[in-house]
Amino acid sequence: MEKLKSIDIPFDIHKIRAEFPILQTEVHGHPLVYLDNAATTQKPQVVIDSLVEYYTQYNSNVHRGVHHLSQLATDGFEAARRTAQQYINAGSESEIIFTKGTTDGINLVAQSFAKAFLKPGDSIIISAMEHHSNIVPWQIVCQQYGAELKVIPMDENGELILSEYDKLLNDRVRLVSLPYVSNSLGTVNPVDLIIEKAHKSDIPVLLDSAQAIQHLPIDVQKLDVDFLVFSSHKVFGPTGMGILYGKEKWLDLMPPYQGGGEMIKTVTFEKTTYNELPFKFEAGTPHIEGAIGLDAALKYTQSIGLENIQKYEALLYQYAIEQLSTIDSLRFIGQAKHRAGAVSMMVGDIHPFDMGEILDKLGIAVRTGHHCTEPVMNFFKIPGTIRASFSFYNTFEEVDRLVTGIKRAKAMLS
Amino acid sequence: MNIDQTQAEIVDDFSFFEDWMDKYEYIIQLGKELPIIDAAYKTPEHLIKGCQSQVWMHAEEKDGKVYFTADSDALITKGLVSLVIKVLSGHPAAEIAQSELTFIEKIGLKSHLSPTRSNGLLSMVKQMKLYAYTYMAQQQLKSQ
Repeated sequence: MEKLKSIDIPFDIHKIRAEFPILQTEVHGHPLVYLDNAATTQKPQVVIDSLVEYYTQYNSNVHRGVHHLSQLATDGFEAARRTAQQYINAGSESEIIFTKGTTDGINLVAQSFAKAFLKPGDSIIISAMEHHSNIVPWQIVCQQYGAELKVIPMDENGELILSEYDKLLNDRVRLVSLPYVSNSLGTVNPVDLIIEKAHKSDIPVLLDSAQAIQHLPIDVQKLDVDFLVFSSHKVFGPTGMGILYGKEKWLDLMPPYQGGGEMIKTVTFEKTTYNELPFKFEAGTPHIEGAIGLDAALKYTQSIGLENIQKYEALLYQYAIEQLSTIDSLRFIGQAKHRAGAVSMMVGDIHPFDMGEILDKLGIAVRTGHHCTEPVMNFFKIPGTIRASFSFYNTFEEVDRLVTGIKRAKAMLS
Repeated sequence: MNIDQTQAEIVDDFSFFEDWMDKYEYIIQLGKELPIIDAAYKTPEHLIKGCQSQVWMHAEEKDGKVYFTADSDALITKGLVSLVIKVLSGHPAAEIAQSELTFIEKIGLKSHLSPTRSNGLLSMVKQMKLYAYTYMAQQQLKSQ
């Protein structure tokens, strides 16, 4: 571990940690070890400052005022759209829709896409490792339109069985929606292959990238993905803000999701004509400071570099797996070959909730429970897991504290 | 001892612990003293809803007093259930229904009473009071 520090780590971890005020705090008398990054990430000072700056210097509504402040707010808001466009390498700004988050983005596509394309007897494909957010919106539209929801199964390592996926693809499938990275198992899915197979039958693909956006470089044009959604708060930005990327050819054919201000061109009591992309899908006053905070967060992440982040996190993840493996009776839930972000585990038959509570008192924040993936827990026949999820500001020492904490809790609970 | 005396005694016991870990060691130990629910009652109908960990509970009335038995699949929850039962079990229904459980906050476990925590201590106390109200209603019917 010592030798790793000097040779392989692509940035100054101490400098980075100093930029996150919350990482300097203590919990129950211990320095905080924050390992719940899959739930939400912490915010660097530049993001916090961007919000304060917005409210102290140019708070105003966007797109409609002729006055100076409204122009500044509009500039900041639209700059965020360009930053997001560039971050995922989208072809055009009009393909970037601001949403409330990943869940909102999936609901938007589900409702709007289904209205345009889903007919009785059609089907939608999802996977066995979905977050509830990528199950329920599709169940709702399938019920509405008399369509069927089909599920790509996974094996006991937590990898999707692609031969089964092949069997599900046919000319009644309207869309495939799946996670880039699993929130409960950490599996990184072979999405390029999955997209390629779907496209052979002209089926569009949506990628839930909530757990990928902070860990992997994403290029929507290279992936050739049709829709991609993520949340700002999972990538060091504010909550309540997210991005939906959609190919223009699909978004143009889809009806508006919600009605209101911003999304219209003209309104009479008889008829409304809708605004063009991306505004057609952005009804009402948007989450302006959310966009401004996201802009700062994405720029911050880019300044460190996704390649550097990926490289460092791979070392950290590997170290965590090695160290956690030294704990007797610890077993990993999900052992896919390619993983990122989250490590899910069980220790003997200790209830994850007991483990989480003891770790909390030692200043270590992990998540326990089903992680909004009940079908995954049912598959493994467990009530839940202990999930440690990493970010680039976590250190090798924090992994050591987690391991010591688990050992201590284990001694108390067995 | 009445309900409030038992609560005071628990608060007193916990005041000796300086460290969270010692507190938890004690709570886990208390779980072992829990009057365990009869296996026949460990059914979905006896499961308390709203728990991350599962809690099964059964109530019985004997000579005008209500007795509780329970179990949980998580050790800390089991210890807390054991404490609550120690306080409420063996008292008349009316006293249970009117009781105010202040000891949980006093021993520093207030977060367990938060409705958003979904670990069920709050649902469990509600369920125990509900049992008590049910027995009170039955007694009233009998006396009419």
